[in-house]
Amino acid sequence: MAVASSPTHFELFGLRQSFAINRQQLDERFRELQRTAHPDRFASASDLERRISAQHATRINEAYQVLKDPLRRGRYLLGLAGIEFDDEHRTTRDTGFLMEQMELREALGEVRAAQEPFAALAEIQDRIGNDIQALVAGLTELFAGGDAASLQAAGEALMKLQFFRRLQDEAVELEVTLEDELT
Amino acid sequence: MALLQISEPGQSTAPHQHRLAAGIDLGTTNSLVASVRSGVAETLPDTQGRHLLPSVVRYYADRAPEVGEDALAAAVDDPLNTIASVKRLMGRGVDDVRHIGAALPYAFVDSSSGMPLLHTAGGDVSPVEVSAEILRALKQRAEQTLGGELQGVVITVPAYFDDAQRQATKDAGRLAGLNVLRLLNEPTAAAVAYGLDQGSEGVIAIYDLGGGTFDISILRLNKGVFEVLSTAGDTALGGDDMDRIVAQWIMAQAGIGDGAGHSRLRHLMQIARSAKETLTAQDRVEVDVVREDGSHWTGELTRAHFEALIGTLVEKTLGPCRRALRDAGVRTGEVQTVVMVGGSTRVPLVRARVADFFKAEPMVDIDPDKVVAVGAAIQADILAGNKPDEEMLLLDVIPLSLGLETMGGLTEKIIPRNTTLPTARAQEFTTFKDGQTAMSLHVVQGERELVDDCRSLAKFELHDIPPMVAGAARIRVTFQVDADGLLNVTAEELTQGVTSSIEIKPSYGLSDREIESMLKDSMAHAADDRDARRLREEQVEADRVLEALQAALATDGDALLDAGERAAIDAAAAALAGCRNGSDYRAIKQAIETVEQASGVYVERRMNNSIRAAMAGHRVDEFNT
Repeated sequence: MAVASSPTHFELFGLRQSFAINRQQLDERFRELQRTAHPDRFASASDLERRISAQHATRINEAYQVLKDPLRRGRYLLGLAGIEFDDEHRTTRDTGFLMEQMELREALGEVRAAQEPFAALAEIQDRIGNDIQALVAGLTELFAGGDAASLQAAGEALMKLQFFRRLQDEAVELEVTLEDELT
Repeated sequence: MALLQISEPGQSTAPHQHRLAAGIDLGTTNSLVASVRSGVAETLPDTQGRHLLPSVVRYYADRAPEVGEDALAAAVDDPLNTIASVKRLMGRGVDDVRHIGAALPYAFVDSSSGMPLLHTAGGDVSPVEVSAEILRALKQRAEQTLGGELQGVVITVPAYFDDAQRQATKDAGRLAGLNVLRLLNEPTAAAVAYGLDQGSEGVIAIYDLGGGTFDISILRLNKGVFEVLSTAGDTALGGDDMDRIVAQWIMAQAGIGDGAGHSRLRHLMQIARSAKETLTAQDRVEVDVVREDGSHWTGELTRAHFEALIGTLVEKTLGPCRRALRDAGVRTGEVQTVVMVGGSTRVPLVRARVADFFKAEPMVDIDPDKVVAVGAAIQADILAGNKPDEEMLLLDVIPLSLGLETMGGLTEKIIPRNTTLPTARAQEFTTFKDGQTAMSLHVVQGERELVDDCRSLAKFELHDIPPMVAGAARIRVTFQVDADGLLNVTAEELTQGVTSSIEIKPSYGLSDREIESMLKDSMAHAADDRDARRLREEQVEADRVLEALQAALATDGDALLDAGERAAIDAAAAALAGCRNGSDYRAIKQAIETVEQASGVYVERRMNNSIRAAMAGHRVDEFNT
């Protein structure tokens, strides 16, 4: 979106630049901002005002999406610190993490054959949810650290978060498939 | 609140009269028009006190078309010329119609643009033109009742309507001579009517089962902001389908074969509908059908059997409900209220299943037939400018993902479904041949991986790409979706800063040229002088711009502008004021554009100030919360 890169999303929302975020406060700011900028406010104004307001409302929506989501927020913060988050070349030597990914994948594969597929699936989803929560908590600390080593570690944690997200999506797809098969 | 209008409390703006605005529910089966009068939003009846206008248009060879009850009465006797449920055909292509058409007894004609035409005694008409007739009838009703010309309307559409269906609706509005302020999603409109009525906050679900479409929307209400969290649905599932299932049962019982004529089918559908409605209050109904040969078949349909017949259909509505909840990140228990919209939600089985699914008692207090029009009227009133201090705001979403066709017949999603509007995404492309000056992009809507499984929206052809070595060009294409849910595409070649011109070829719609020529044709029959109307429109716009500009400059013109900038604006404004009273609408339009050019920077600065002021109480948080 071709809009000036300053102010940052945080500045736009009047929030301190940090990974930790008060979700309720963020939501309130979002509503206040859109109350001011949304094109519906300018429906009977001139074309120019409508165009400019649409740009601003779009920008506000985009910023909200980024700030709302820990993964996107983390990547954004790394970007602000000048660190690139390279999707494709990230690898990890964290064997514990890799093992768990494999286990969860296997578990998903066994859901269909389970006695109670939906219950089995829900359990896996809870597990993934907990893992994600732990990662997010860890990220808060790492970003608070702020030094180069912490930010490096944050990048690695974000990569892991991304893996968990994909697992989450796969679990949801499986849920949808199972539901469709019922009807 | 308009940016250039004074927003300080206690200061009076130049007084303006109440602008006449209306909300229109353009339904599959019935349409309504509503308006806010003396602070109350209500539907407007016709001269005989009827609020619902059947969405039926009857065409004649030698006279103007008829809309409404009288047309409906003729549906059985004159099926080919009496068009009902045209909403099912809006934004649909010839191939779609072959599927839908089997259930609709019309004669279709292929047209060159991929849009199906209906062959009637009054000529071959497009679904857009048929819808325009219905809108015209409602416009007339509103203007007669309100005693003046409508300044603007809000027309509702199913939330799950795609871009082509929305564009077709907007085109119909234009053809009917209406200024469409906004296309509003039906569930959101219902939420507005309900939300303001009950004053509630929290998460609500709107279950909207209309004649031909089903929508489910999950919204969060918070201090007057209606935020749609997700929406899902089925644009080919509705009360009409219930009628069809019952009609088929009757046919089987009465021994009426599939070869029954159009009249017979219409007759059966009406009996089926009537039976369905009776079974809401009673647990059995007598059915009497006249066969081709004049003999009667009489039978009894019990509610239990009716429910067995429609059970699968009702279950089908729960799939989208599950998806909407998932996309919203909300569990059934978190939904505080379910609002039922649409006549078919009166069916007891529907209410029972919905109550069971959401674990909440469905709200049925507001007339499910009128609630959408009422919500639309409330928004129309605000958008027309009658309530500058109104706090209510609607944040809606795009219902289907937008994607681009890529190599191998695959799609790449560029804007995911349920993204809050307005939204935009930019993507960079390059050329693959030396000297290539044009490029074609195929935009589709849908969630599937393969292009063929999605709905083709349009082909955007980019021209005027500066010729370069293959791969050297950097063409940034920006996809913008506005508050109506309509897509707009712009493109710029970055290395040379050249804006590409874009030709849009809608897959299932009317091109701008086709609409212009339709407008010209309809204007030829209208009493209005087209140029006089254009002049009036430009003069109104000129007044609006000048009034707002003067007021704004008085407040902060000195603070925000330097001498040079101010001089340029003043000069442009003076030029506009000078030609406003003339008779050349083109000159006025040009002068308005010049004022816009000159004041662009000023408007931008005011907008930034406005946003900063909104956040003023919350400057950089020092405390980590």
